[in-house]
Amino acid sequence: MNYILVTKEVTKQFGKHIALNKVSLEIPENSIYGLLGPNGAGKTTLIRIINQIIYPDSGEVFFDGELLKPHHISTIGYLPEERGLYKSMKVGEQALYLAQLKGLKRNEAKKRLKFWFEKLDIGNWWNKKVQELSKGMAQKIQFIITVLHEPKLLIFDEPFSGFDPINANIIKDEILNLRNNGTSIIFSTHRMESVEELCDHIALIHQSEKILDGKLSDIKKAYKNNIFKVGLEVENGKGLLNELSNKFQLTSSEFNPDGNQLDFTVQLPNGNSKDILAFLAGKANMNQFVETIPSANEIFIQTVQNKDANE
Amino acid sequence: MNKLPLIIRREYLAKVRNKSFVVMTFLSPILMVGMVVLIAYLTKINDNEKRIIGVFNESIYFSNDFHTTENTSYVQFRDISLQAAKDSTASVGYYGLLYIPREKSLEEVVQKTYFFTKEAPSASTIDQLEDIFEERLRARRLQDLGISAEQFAAMDKEYEIKTATFEGRQNLKGINEIKAIIGGGFGYLIMMFIIIYGGFVMRSVIEEKTSRIIEVIISSVKPFQLMMGKIIGTSLAGITQFAIWIVCGTLLLMLTFSILDIDPSALNRGTEIASGMNSNMTPTIPTANQTMQAYAQELYEIPWFMLICFFVIYFALGYLIYSSIYAAIGAAVDNESDTQQFIFPVILPLMLAIYVGFFSVFSNPHGPIAVGFSLFPLTSPIVMLMRLPGGIGEGGVPIWEIVTSIVLLIITFVGIVWLAAKIYRVGILMYGKKPTYKELFKWIKY
Repeated sequence: MNYILVTKEVTKQFGKHIALNKVSLEIPENSIYGLLGPNGAGKTTLIRIINQIIYPDSGEVFFDGELLKPHHISTIGYLPEERGLYKSMKVGEQALYLAQLKGLKRNEAKKRLKFWFEKLDIGNWWNKKVQELSKGMAQKIQFIITVLHEPKLLIFDEPFSGFDPINANIIKDEILNLRNNGTSIIFSTHRMESVEELCDHIALIHQSEKILDGKLSDIKKAYKNNIFKVGLEVENGKGLLNELSNKFQLTSSEFNPDGNQLDFTVQLPNGNSKDILAFLAGKANMNQFVETIPSANEIFIQTVQNKDANE
Repeated sequence: MNKLPLIIRREYLAKVRNKSFVVMTFLSPILMVGMVVLIAYLTKINDNEKRIIGVFNESIYFSNDFHTTENTSYVQFRDISLQAAKDSTASVGYYGLLYIPREKSLEEVVQKTYFFTKEAPSASTIDQLEDIFEERLRARRLQDLGISAEQFAAMDKEYEIKTATFEGRQNLKGINEIKAIIGGGFGYLIMMFIIIYGGFVMRSVIEEKTSRIIEVIISSVKPFQLMMGKIIGTSLAGITQFAIWIVCGTLLLMLTFSILDIDPSALNRGTEIASGMNSNMTPTIPTANQTMQAYAQELYEIPWFMLICFFVIYFALGYLIYSSIYAAIGAAVDNESDTQQFIFPVILPLMLAIYVGFFSVFSNPHGPIAVGFSLFPLTSPIVMLMRLPGGIGEGGVPIWEIVTSIVLLIITFVGIVWLAAKIYRVGILMYGKKPTYKELFKWIKY
């Protein structure tokens, strides 16, 4: 696999505070990489290092196989968490300026801006001043500015904060679009629900250190505990439940108020579901059989707690 | 691709298009000229006010000393009581009543003379009256001493010592002061520019911090580039403003002169006449025209071109040093009210330079204090420029002092900009921390 960005033992210290401690990451091309961690874990420091706003004390960063250099700036797009615009400057003029700072030619920038303004339906904002816009409107413009120069790597730091649900969806779709068109994306957040929907890979940063990384599906596989959730339609289920309890490791069970539905969870060694399926065959109608896979949020909390408990 | 011109352009346009900047640019010359016109007008009104003063003279002296002048006329009272004179003065609305009693001698008369008014009289009126009495008393005393008025006039003569350089070139009185004022003007201009536009740079940095755009920008350009672009862009806006002021001011002043019917060349003639009278009484010094010629020559011989070149050098270096300090201050704080503790130490050397300049350079342009302050980098742009009109090299500022001060200035410039850039780089990403000097010192080490 090709990696758009690789960090090797990146360490950064501010005075006595260690912000990043030997963080090594491999961010694959053409994917959405979730950079997760509680507030103050060091995510923003790492992102600033990638953007060459600050420099690591030790360690190396490689971009597209080369050592990260100032000229890479024009192939990276960054939407910071602390973001804003010049309040008294007109929207169009401001977008042009920021696009030119990223190295776009004025005419090209204008053409692309028109396209994006049409696409997000904000064409009539061109001559408005930013102070006349709402926070959500300004966020849309910031998003456009971030992606306008068609960077190879996009970095979004809490991109959905400040968006209403409708606009958040529009932006989410655009992010997925960009990924499908070949852009690599780093997505930093502490909101787990958006991680499940978007991320292909994740890394967990906690107290300045990387404590977990990999493909989201692999991590989930690793964190699953072979617990299955089963639903049965039953006539008189008491006897069946007793048999089940004897044969298998049931972790919980429950009848519905009518007594014709039995839901239970069961731990199956090595995820072997053949035995229980064979046992149940012909005994009851099954309407649910799923493996309970931990959510990113559960993994996050569990990992952080394990880590803290070990210290 | 170099992004500095882009940043300079934006900073310049942002400043120049700012409403308050536009208003200030066009309003201040109008305000200034308006003030001049108003003062001239008010003075004229003041002069035009006529005062009538009643004179109740019972003495044998002062019978014809009260001559009607441009704004004062005198009305004589006779053959009534003092009370009646007072009452009638008040009832007809005269300004006041001068009462001169009948006494034996002039001295006694003067002792007992009173000036009655409704309210406390104006200083100019009192001066006018006192002059009349003083004149009379002086004439009396001169008479007692047996000196004629002509003899007295000849006695009261000022003396000027003539000075020359060893090479024999005649020195002109006050030329050093004139030169120092020219240099002081340049120095003052630098100080004003630094304080006004340094403040603009600082506010612009704070604005970028509070609007949170800063991180977007420095992910595209180096903080140093942004800082320099800001400083240069703002200073270009400042130069534009000064240029507009000079043009507008000149135009409006000319307009004012033509409206008020003041002939500027008359001012020159006035001084010529004054010095002409002077020369009549002291025939040994050169004639008026020659003196004027010598002054003009002396001013002409000020190395203007050199002076302007040095002005540009000192201005550029001084402004860059101070405005990078201002930029660092802006980066260190979250809002303008936190800037006070840092600004005072910045303005201090500027004020010191101006005061030292005016007190020390005027009296002794090449004394140790003047030399010291014109070498010290934080004051040299102002103090050195005050010394430079006196000449360079022989008899003026030695070449080595100029070279040393510029070298020191450049070293300081590099050092300060380096330090300021470090503080700036860290500061722009710091929020919610009230910075202390200790904190700033830590940032430098990051």
